[in-house]
Amino acid sequence: MRRVAAALAAALLCASGAVAVSEPGPQQAVIDGDTMPRKLSEFGLFRVGTSEPVGGLLPYTLHTPLFSDYAEKHRLIWIPPGQHAEVADDGAIAFPLGTVIVKSFGWPDRAGGAPLETRLLIHRADGWAALPYIWDADGKDATLALAGRRVPVTFRSPDGEAHSIRYAVPNKNQCKECHSKAGAIVPIGPKAANIDFGAAAARGDVARFLTGPARPVAPMPRWDDPASGSLHDRARAYLDANCSYCHNPEGSASNSGLFLRWTDPVGVNYGIGKRPTAAGRGSGGMEFAIKPGDPDHSFLIYRLESLDPGIAMPEIGRSTVHREGVALLRQWIAEMPKGA
Amino acid sequence: MRVHQLPHALGLGIAAVAMLAAFPVEAKTISVAPGGPDANEALQEALILAEPGDIVELGAGVWKLTDGLSLDVDKVTLRGAGTKDGTGSILDFSDQQGAGEGLLVTSDDVYLTNFAVLNTKGDGIKSKGADRIVYHRLRVEWTAGPKETNGAYGVYPVESRDVLIDSVYVRGASDAGIYVGQSRNIVVRDSIATENVAGIEIENSFDADVHDNVATKNTGGILVFDLPSLPQQGGHNVRVFDNVVNDNSTPNFAPKGNIVASVPTGTGVLVMANSRVEIFDNLFENNGTANVMIVGYRYPYQDDKYQPLPRDIAAWNNEHGKAGFAPAFPGGAEIAAAMGGAIPPVLWDGAGSAIVNDDVAVLSLNLPDVSTPQSEAKPSPADLKGEAPTPLPGITLPAAMEAKVR
Repeated sequence: MRRVAAALAAALLCASGAVAVSEPGPQQAVIDGDTMPRKLSEFGLFRVGTSEPVGGLLPYTLHTPLFSDYAEKHRLIWIPPGQHAEVADDGAIAFPLGTVIVKSFGWPDRAGGAPLETRLLIHRADGWAALPYIWDADGKDATLALAGRRVPVTFRSPDGEAHSIRYAVPNKNQCKECHSKAGAIVPIGPKAANIDFGAAAARGDVARFLTGPARPVAPMPRWDDPASGSLHDRARAYLDANCSYCHNPEGSASNSGLFLRWTDPVGVNYGIGKRPTAAGRGSGGMEFAIKPGDPDHSFLIYRLESLDPGIAMPEIGRSTVHREGVALLRQWIAEMPKGA
Repeated sequence: MRVHQLPHALGLGIAAVAMLAAFPVEAKTISVAPGGPDANEALQEALILAEPGDIVELGAGVWKLTDGLSLDVDKVTLRGAGTKDGTGSILDFSDQQGAGEGLLVTSDDVYLTNFAVLNTKGDGIKSKGADRIVYHRLRVEWTAGPKETNGAYGVYPVESRDVLIDSVYVRGASDAGIYVGQSRNIVVRDSIATENVAGIEIENSFDADVHDNVATKNTGGILVFDLPSLPQQGGHNVRVFDNVVNDNSTPNFAPKGNIVASVPTGTGVLVMANSRVEIFDNLFENNGTANVMIVGYRYPYQDDKYQPLPRDIAAWNNEHGKAGFAPAFPGGAEIAAAMGGAIPPVLWDGAGSAIVNDDVAVLSLNLPDVSTPQSEAKPSPADLKGEAPTPLPGITLPAAMEAKVR
């Protein structure tokens, strides 16, 4: 009897354990469907009961990322087996249907580095869908937060300063405000010039996910690594990553006439000597977005240093000032020849 | 609900059937109420989960909102119980922590009606790339009155085709109360703009009718501007008529640098650059600088395609009350003193071309070249009477938009 019971228990253990051990992996039917699952676990992107991604997803970083309240971001790509993303010669990446781009946000000194939220961008038949999930208190699963939420977060920034903020998890529409091109949702970060697969690239895993480009794409510098590019180029990389998703002719800030893509010419429409358009209080009483040689009279700086919603840029996703980023841009403007 | 009503409402049967035909998928009403810890999230969720044809209905009461709301679904109606404190649906953003506006609309065929948006940190209601939007019976207000810390625009449609703003009240905007930018086919009517820097502003836009509004106690009543280095420029075909534009005497409280910070206190209608602007049948009174100002864009710019001159501006049949008694531009007081205490009610900087057939005097600053500084003005009376061009045809909006407000 006893042995039977033990065997039964072992069998039960196996049965239940099998789920965790064999790891069902990404659920393509859910990914491809048209539902907005209430629980993140339904996608099968994370090991059951954890915030640890399943194998088979491709991790990546960006040379120059978007600043998000000093959050550490873990980025992953899932592409269905047998499919590839095509990298064009200009560095744009065309992801196949069934792709999921996963981004988790956390802080090393908060909850042991566990993610607070995970955002999914899912390439479905009717376009990209953006879904925000907030991790449950027990850290075992995350729950859909369509309307976003403010979550109190305490952490230290790299300079040692303590921050207590009401971190904003974006709502579904806000996802689109940034991830918008001519009114449709698109990925932002993964572009050949900015994406870095690190060790995975060396192992050749990247080939399972991406094909092309025919010619290598010159990388954007790392904003905080002087060895990777000139001050001018690092400032432009920073503006590309932090501003150009809205500030481009097809983005949410198209009407501003301020265009800050890596590829945009550095002239009046890049902010040099550009007067405010619909900036309101964002002008801070200054005449120009960028006044060469004079960061204190460049309202681009003023807006990056503000936390007031009527002034601050970017308009969403920032509850702290990125001091190091602002310092880079201040130096860039200060070193521009006056009257340029 | 609709099915149940059909047999009883014989008189309305045709209308109801027509509505059903327009929305083959049964449209539904999503009701949300203020109060409760999750009211903010519930309202935003309703705006996300709404489907085309749906009505999101705001109950009466006050929402204390900490973040901007947004709507990105076509053909949705957002309808409240009214705009008044006490009985209406009040979206109060006094404690706003994030987002550049109170409500952002980015979808087409949206109808906003019968609610109030108060004390946003940035703009009140913005709609971008939102064609055929209808703003109707709304109140957007900064309740402490004019303050430089108020948000910029009250209602702010931009980059849109077919815009109707009807029976809207805006007070306290630190830029423009009602601002329409880079859009075309626009009607702003029956609205009240008071104690804003600019009451109503049409900027870099084509084909607009601004009529039957009251623009009072602003710095400038109604502005028609065109600015360089923007995706849409070359503003033209704007008719400003049947408005009451009076007592625009609020000292300019716009943050410096913004173009409206240059608007002199006491301006009635101000046309800057643009072509084909018609100003007629308005009632002007008590505008200390001028009832009508026509000027070029007099700042340096780097934009080969930009046209800084006002061209073919025409004014006729306006009624002019007292004006020009406190001209608030550099040198204005001296000119007024030299002219016996007041300058004429119509002021032209001398750039571009204008016809003024109103029965009042016109003062020209004789600065035809926009690069000449204003300090070199040589003011003198000017006769701008002449034959106005063939009148503009007026704006027709899609019938479905007009049907919403009828």
